[in-house]
Amino acid sequence: MNVAGFPLLTLITFLPVAGALLILLTPREAGRRIRPEMIACVATVATFLFSLWLLPGFQRSAPGMQFVEGPIPWIPTIGVQYFLGVDGISLPLVLLTTLLCVVAVLCSLGPIRERLKEYYALLLVLETGMVGVFVSLDLVLFYVFWETVLIPMYFLIGVWGGPRRAYASIKFFLYTLFGSVFLLLGILVLAFHYHAVTGEYTFNLLRLLELPLPATYQFGLFLAFFLGFAVKVPMVPFHTWLPDAHVEAPTAGSVLLAGVLLKMGAYGLIRFNLPLFPLASHVLAPAMVALGLMGIIYGALVTLAQTDLKKLIAYSSVSHMGFIILGLFTFNLQGLTGAVLQMVNHGISTGALFLIVGMIYERRHTRQIHDLGGLAARMPVFATLFAITAFSSLGLPGLNNFVGEFLVLLGAFRVTWVWTALALIGVVLSAAYLLWCYQRMMFGPLEKPENQTLEDCTRLEVAYMAPLILLMFWIGLAPGPTIEVMEAAVQQVVIQVSSIAPAILPAGGAYGP
Amino acid sequence: MIMADLIAVLPELILTGVILALLVVDAVLPRGRQAIGGWTAFAGVVLAGLATVALWGPPRTAFSQMIIKDQFALFINLVILVGTGLTILVSFRDLSNEGMTLGEYYPLLLSASLGMLIMVSGNHLMVIYLGLELMSLPLFVLAGFLKRDARSAEAALKYFLLSVFSSGVLLYGMTLAYGLTGLLSLEGLRQLLGPERSLPAVLVVVVLLTGGLAFKISAVPFHMWVPDVYEGSPTAVAAFMSVATKAAAFGVLARLLTVALVALQPYWTSVVWILAVLTMTVGNVTAIHQTNVKRMLAYSSIAQAGYIMIGLVAANEIGLTGVLVYLAVYTFMNLGAFSLVIALSRAGRRGDQIQDFAGLARTHPVAAAVLVVFLLSLVGVPPTGGFIGKFLLFSSAIQAQQLGLAIIGVLNSVVSLSYYFRLVQVMYTGEPPAVPAPPMARSVAVALAVMGVAILAIGLYPGPVIDWAKDGAMALGAAEPVSSLLARP
Repeated sequence: MNVAGFPLLTLITFLPVAGALLILLTPREAGRRIRPEMIACVATVATFLFSLWLLPGFQRSAPGMQFVEGPIPWIPTIGVQYFLGVDGISLPLVLLTTLLCVVAVLCSLGPIRERLKEYYALLLVLETGMVGVFVSLDLVLFYVFWETVLIPMYFLIGVWGGPRRAYASIKFFLYTLFGSVFLLLGILVLAFHYHAVTGEYTFNLLRLLELPLPATYQFGLFLAFFLGFAVKVPMVPFHTWLPDAHVEAPTAGSVLLAGVLLKMGAYGLIRFNLPLFPLASHVLAPAMVALGLMGIIYGALVTLAQTDLKKLIAYSSVSHMGFIILGLFTFNLQGLTGAVLQMVNHGISTGALFLIVGMIYERRHTRQIHDLGGLAARMPVFATLFAITAFSSLGLPGLNNFVGEFLVLLGAFRVTWVWTALALIGVVLSAAYLLWCYQRMMFGPLEKPENQTLEDCTRLEVAYMAPLILLMFWIGLAPGPTIEVMEAAVQQVVIQVSSIAPAILPAGGAYGP
Repeated sequence: MIMADLIAVLPELILTGVILALLVVDAVLPRGRQAIGGWTAFAGVVLAGLATVALWGPPRTAFSQMIIKDQFALFINLVILVGTGLTILVSFRDLSNEGMTLGEYYPLLLSASLGMLIMVSGNHLMVIYLGLELMSLPLFVLAGFLKRDARSAEAALKYFLLSVFSSGVLLYGMTLAYGLTGLLSLEGLRQLLGPERSLPAVLVVVVLLTGGLAFKISAVPFHMWVPDVYEGSPTAVAAFMSVATKAAAFGVLARLLTVALVALQPYWTSVVWILAVLTMTVGNVTAIHQTNVKRMLAYSSIAQAGYIMIGLVAANEIGLTGVLVYLAVYTFMNLGAFSLVIALSRAGRRGDQIQDFAGLARTHPVAAAVLVVFLLSLVGVPPTGGFIGKFLLFSSAIQAQQLGLAIIGVLNSVVSLSYYFRLVQVMYTGEPPAVPAPPMARSVAVALAVMGVAILAIGLYPGPVIDWAKDGAMALGAAEPVSSLLARP
């Protein structure tokens, strides 16, 4: 349902790229007064406000797609359509994306000093791609947005990044492209199978969901789609691009990479793999959970060993995304809700962590923990923000990650206590590395002379941290409204993934709603 | 009767007239004003292109059904003419850089183009052969156009020897087909050339015909000439060879396989499959190690031919549509990449080393961005036309149950990213050379702009191009037998 027939989703999706074109087409002389940062700020804030406008019109009890636009034929010969819509799973992710893009623009105002036009234009194109991924209901349209995200990210890392940016950027692009092409093949096989059965060419997700798939197709397609999403999440063992990309990316790049891009992989799993291939999902669930648990524990262990602050947070992302994978493959309401909520929470918390690191790097030009120490005495506001963020990330009750992790653990417990026990190891380890990191950086004697002249947070830095901090508290203390938005859509996924022969489902409540 | 025939070949007549006019014009032109010849040639190509568009519609045959102008032929004709026009645009700069002041360049280029048009429209083996030779002869001369450069002479000689050899192979296949059926028309061969004739003999026909044309489409293992010839020739000629001859040869191959040899499809499918896999893989893997951009583009164009062959293996409607769309997009993106090499060259310096591209993003930001678009299209990343072409080709493979081929195709696309983006990395993070590249000539800039916009337009709104290509693909599949053909060879 549209708000009075107004194409709100199209506006939210394409307003950023319109801003990018505006930036690129501003002639050089006018560019002195109309600065690219200003256009970028206006574009991202406007997009965020428009995306907020989705909330009042959103019906929380309806499980289907809302604000639907299309389907309008785009490539009629082969049945590709322009088809947009959001439901309870994609709406929070869209809001997360638009918010993080505002934050990304604000946090770039200080550090980025050269080639501003290209930088902000690329950032805006990236936003269009990311939002497009979450609102597309046509598989080819989804794929186009999915791939389009890679291009600006490659340049953001490769041009404005750290010393090893050339290596990191092409590694990121190659890895993700490798996974994506298998996703493309999977999409094609699915669509042509549908055509062979019904005689109709379509890539419309809602139509494709109607056709039950034979088992062999399900397994092959699940794996093909999985390969594309697993690289993005990133699941062990496809995660090795992540530390390099995160470390070398500029702060805004890292925030968006961790905050949004990783969620695209998890979103793909819950939007496509679970509903389209329920049988394969059930049979492969133990393997998926094993990979998720490996991610949690291995990721946490590697994080403990890190001395580079950004690498530490990067590996912690691997660990936290493992929780989401665990939640997804419990197939019950608690686990899936927890997983979707964690997608949002992780975006907020890890985004905030990268902003913290960015602030340190701006001042000290080092990310090595042993170069810092005792900073809390000099920078009390920074210490507070960092503390809240760290506690949020490790899942302290009262802050956002606790709610999501608790729901995931509850969902896992419904299947077997073993999964919960193993996942809890990850919780303990995450407390270990975050608190240890905080202690080494902020507490202790303020020995090094370079650290003794540091400035505390500027007003701009507090300004862009503020919305994230507020969300951490709000979701942590009053998660009801957020969960309410997701509930109906998650419920529908639970039903879709349970729609396999009763003989295969074990009796009892583990796999039910 | 004669009038209808002449109208059907109006584009060819226009080109012929322009070629003759150019020969006269060149004789009377004062020295140093060769550009007039170039612009005359460009005008002629534009006119021929308009005539081609005007002929769009139901198929017409001409000259006792020896020429067929169906939508398939017209689409490829248009692609060839667009390629020729863009080549002329970038040739102005290339000629002045290399110091080639001979005015014969343009009539030679148009003659090659004329041969290609005839070749693709041929409904009869002799016409095809005639067009093939008319295409090749001027290209021998053009490859060796840099009279004082030994590499150019070497390129011409290699191209000549290998081309003549492959033409011989092709001719042998044609004569064998005639010997088996008593006919040379494609329609007649379609009806009479089947496995019942004599299986070993028809298999030899398939191999010879495919092999002879495989040279021209630079399929592996008939590809060895490509890097040397492209590197040695003038860059504009290399660009022209890489797009136009490939389009023409693919047009002929598609028509031969799907019309004349349609009864032998189970046999030639395997042959083309092997060629496709080898071509993609060898082309991509060898390109990784190149430091000379022209050689890298040569190997990349070999690999691109491999992707197009996927559409021929599938030989279904989507496959042939994909072949046509990809040929169109490939013309833009490959010509575009070569044009940038031309833009970077200056008198006395070829501009074809990777280091010449260093820091291009700072000195020529728009040109660098346009090259990024071309390279993304060559890899097949949305939202470029290259993605649409590959999408159609991989779809056709999947629809034809050729999943292995599709997997090899996508993996090759991923591999190709590594060498294409080495250029991007050098452009955006390298330091500009001490002697900066000269400002871009306006003709080259216009050509680059047209190609860049076309690639993005096809990527974002491919509907019309796909529809036209589909008309072409259907025209190929719907060729109707004409009984009077059987009366004459």
